[in-house]
Amino acid sequence: MDFLDKMWAIVVKDMATEWHTREMVSAMLVFAVLALLVFSFALDLRGATARAAAPGVLWATVTFAGTLGLSRSLVREQQTGCIDGLMLAPMDRTAIFFGKALGNLFTIFLVEIVLLPLFAGLFNVPLLHPDVVLVTLLGTVGYAAVGTLLAAIAVNTRAREVLLPILLLPLAFPVLIAAVQITGALLEGGTLIEAGGWLRLIVIYDLVILAVATLTFGSILEE
Amino acid sequence: MNRHRDVFGFILAIVSAVAVLTALGMVFLYAPREATMGDVQRIFYFHVSSAWVGFFAFFVTFLAGILYLVRRERRWDILALSSVEVGLTFLAIGIITGSLWARPVWGTYWTWDPRLTISAVQLLIYIAYGMLRRAVEGPERRARFAAVYGIVAFVTVPLSWFAIRWWRTIHPEILSDGDMALTPRMVQTLLVSLGAFTLLYATLLHQRMRLERFADALALLRKNQ
Repeated sequence: MDFLDKMWAIVVKDMATEWHTREMVSAMLVFAVLALLVFSFALDLRGATARAAAPGVLWATVTFAGTLGLSRSLVREQQTGCIDGLMLAPMDRTAIFFGKALGNLFTIFLVEIVLLPLFAGLFNVPLLHPDVVLVTLLGTVGYAAVGTLLAAIAVNTRAREVLLPILLLPLAFPVLIAAVQITGALLEGGTLIEAGGWLRLIVIYDLVILAVATLTFGSILEE
Repeated sequence: MNRHRDVFGFILAIVSAVAVLTALGMVFLYAPREATMGDVQRIFYFHVSSAWVGFFAFFVTFLAGILYLVRRERRWDILALSSVEVGLTFLAIGIITGSLWARPVWGTYWTWDPRLTISAVQLLIYIAYGMLRRAVEGPERRARFAAVYGIVAFVTVPLSWFAIRWWRTIHPEILSDGDMALTPRMVQTLLVSLGAFTLLYATLLHQRMRLERFADALALLRKNQ
């Protein structure tokens, strides 16, 4: 329980900081809406086009909005010196990772909670299906986990925010492809059972990333 | 402790030079002319060999990353970084020779075939690896970050491979892989080419690691001046 308490303390701290400023969630939300507009103009999203492009547009938006929040979340730790406090605290580094990853996960979830109905309403695509929501959440777990690990690396470099997407995107391809494929299949009337292979791929990705992050995160936060 | 005389490296270089020349000779003189594709198919031997070395090199980086995190010895970091650089070179050769082969056979330089796509993904991953190294200050921290990235990156590659393969097989296959029936002579030529390119990889890796050790020694001398 000790581990969970500490992890949860970090999540609560992150949520409280975010609640005071709301800078991360508001920036991600506005960016996500702007991205929807960009895609709408670029692809002329209407009727059948909108339905066909919806999974891709949705995930591209989540991915890019996600990188904004991920780097912000760790840059903030550094600027306030909070990360030093966390490292001095008598706890497992893995608890820091899970705390930060969970905080980032909640932030991206928040954006998705607004994005899905907005997308469904604006482009008349039935995205509010429980299975679509489940896939979105599962995919976000892996993305937030690998994103948190790489953001912890990127904030300690000279390039910072610029480097994160370059490091993150090529490693996020499996989850992106799988999530887009399942969402597409569901929109065409398929079921989760039919898309079982893709779902397994997402779950395996989530587990592999969480395992590797557990093993390696301690080596990022040294010195 | 004479660092300037590198007998092992010299022998390795000679052996791989002989091996590459043998492979070259076999590709043009020993291997038969392919029935449908003609002489252009001869690029296949070096193409497959460079692609293989590319994949293998990143596996070496993955192992070296684990060893670095466990042992914290500079030599594992040198191995990891050298293998990425040499691997990128071979991967690029693999992609370029593949395009040259694809143009006359498939009629296009590039298709979103799973093997081509995963090569492009790997190219981007390890270019990112290089950019990461250049952006981190302090050799010890650089080594740690690079090791972690090399490990995480490598474990996602098989998952990307499956994702890309399933993704592509759902769509109709416009172009088949052009499955070739390999004659025994072709197989022998391919095996010799694979061996030659692996030796060439070992030579380049050895020299690149040696260069890095010289750079370390020079930096140390400058510091103590």
